[in-house]
Amino acid sequence: MMTKQTIIEKINDFLIEDFEVEEEELEPSANLKDTIGPDSLDFVDLVVAVESNFGVKLVGEDFANVVTLQDFYNLIEKKLD
Amino acid sequence: MHWQESEEVKDSLYKGNSGIGIDPLRTEFGFRSPLTGIVEDLDLKKMLSRRQRVSMGEESRYAYVATIEAMQKAQITEDFFEKNEVGIIYGNDSTALSVVESVDIIKEKKDTTLVGSGAIFKAMNSTVTMNLSTIFKLRGINLTLSAACASGSHSIGLAYHLIKSGLQDCIIAGGAQETNHISMASFDGLGVFGIRPDDPTKASRPFDQDRNGLIPSGGGATVILESYESAIKRGAPILGEVIGYGFSSNGDHISTPNVDGPSRAMKRALEDANIGAEVVDYINAHATSTPVGDANEAKALFEVFGKSNPLISSTKSMTGHECWMAGASEVIYSMLMMEHSFVAPNINPENPDEDSAKLNLANKTIDKKIDVFLSNSFGFGGTNSALIVKKC
Repeated sequence: MMTKQTIIEKINDFLIEDFEVEEEELEPSANLKDTIGPDSLDFVDLVVAVESNFGVKLVGEDFANVVTLQDFYNLIEKKLD
Repeated sequence: MHWQESEEVKDSLYKGNSGIGIDPLRTEFGFRSPLTGIVEDLDLKKMLSRRQRVSMGEESRYAYVATIEAMQKAQITEDFFEKNEVGIIYGNDSTALSVVESVDIIKEKKDTTLVGSGAIFKAMNSTVTMNLSTIFKLRGINLTLSAACASGSHSIGLAYHLIKSGLQDCIIAGGAQETNHISMASFDGLGVFGIRPDDPTKASRPFDQDRNGLIPSGGGATVILESYESAIKRGAPILGEVIGYGFSSNGDHISTPNVDGPSRAMKRALEDANIGAEVVDYINAHATSTPVGDANEAKALFEVFGKSNPLISSTKSMTGHECWMAGASEVIYSMLMMEHSFVAPNINPENPDEDSAKLNLANKTIDKKIDVFLSNSFGFGGTNSALIVKKC
């Protein structure tokens, strides 16, 4: 079972590495869309990154209530639960 | 990361340097020939955003850096693209690696989303023009030209006509070719690649009796075509003028070239330029180092240019066959020769065959002023293109 902290670290790692987000931008209160990019295509790549890092496949509805990075961390945690 | 800029290319052409080497992966993969032009792939992380890069395969990366250099040489900036309607016509005829990579993921994951957002844009044949037109925010004509190994040449020819007819004032034209082993495997399967693994730099030997096939290569080559008025208005350095474009189709075999098609393309280019054959100082032959192709081109060249006998070389002896890119890169090679007054050699000419013995082959570098050159490009399906460029 992955700890909450490990999940956050893994997500932050691929956001920095694959999405080229600056580390200082990774505040839990940050807007996810602003962080990864405003393009809807970026969400496709987010789905790919989540699948390759966590083995979980997200679909559009999963993002319905995701606004901040913290929401996104929570979503992955819930999916892994 | 390193890519060859035109100054370095000019020096290599002058010295007759070969860029052919061995790719060990090819032997392992089942290729008949491990030989290829050695072209380094590019990491554009420092030049483009992630969003821009994820849609770009190998051919688009080459085309991008080639276009940046062409813009510098033409002294044209993105600000000009913003204020004027500039188009793009670029030669490309495959995106094999990108397609294979995506399909491999789908096969493994059984899920199409997991190929990522860039897969479709990398997999389409128009990948180069869709990427460059969005990166440079171009607003004119926007199309990819697929005509096998004449793609790059036809793209310049078509751009020339759109400018000549007044429909466009400025067009980015060129050709790009992926070089990875995936893209070249089925071509190797035809048995047309040269085999001389013990001596790679001697393997590409156009017009030589002992040639046994072409050596694949690739990269990106871009020229900026512009109406005279537009070039003068913005004070552009004018490196040459396209004065003739001849095209034809063999209407014959799918892979075996003939004499009539290339001959008609060259004659049409001369007619379009309204010049006699004797005005052409240099011909950059298509000659790829295949037995039949070179012999038939030699016959066609002799038929059209036998009387005036201009200097001829195939730069593919050094570069290998850059396929979709070749028609554009060879115009650039010839323009570098024109700019610096030399004819680059047809290297490895040990024994000319019967047909090529009749031609005036430049088998070593010749210092010579070039005012007008013709560049030939032919491709599978019998597509032929001949371009004539004049010094300004």
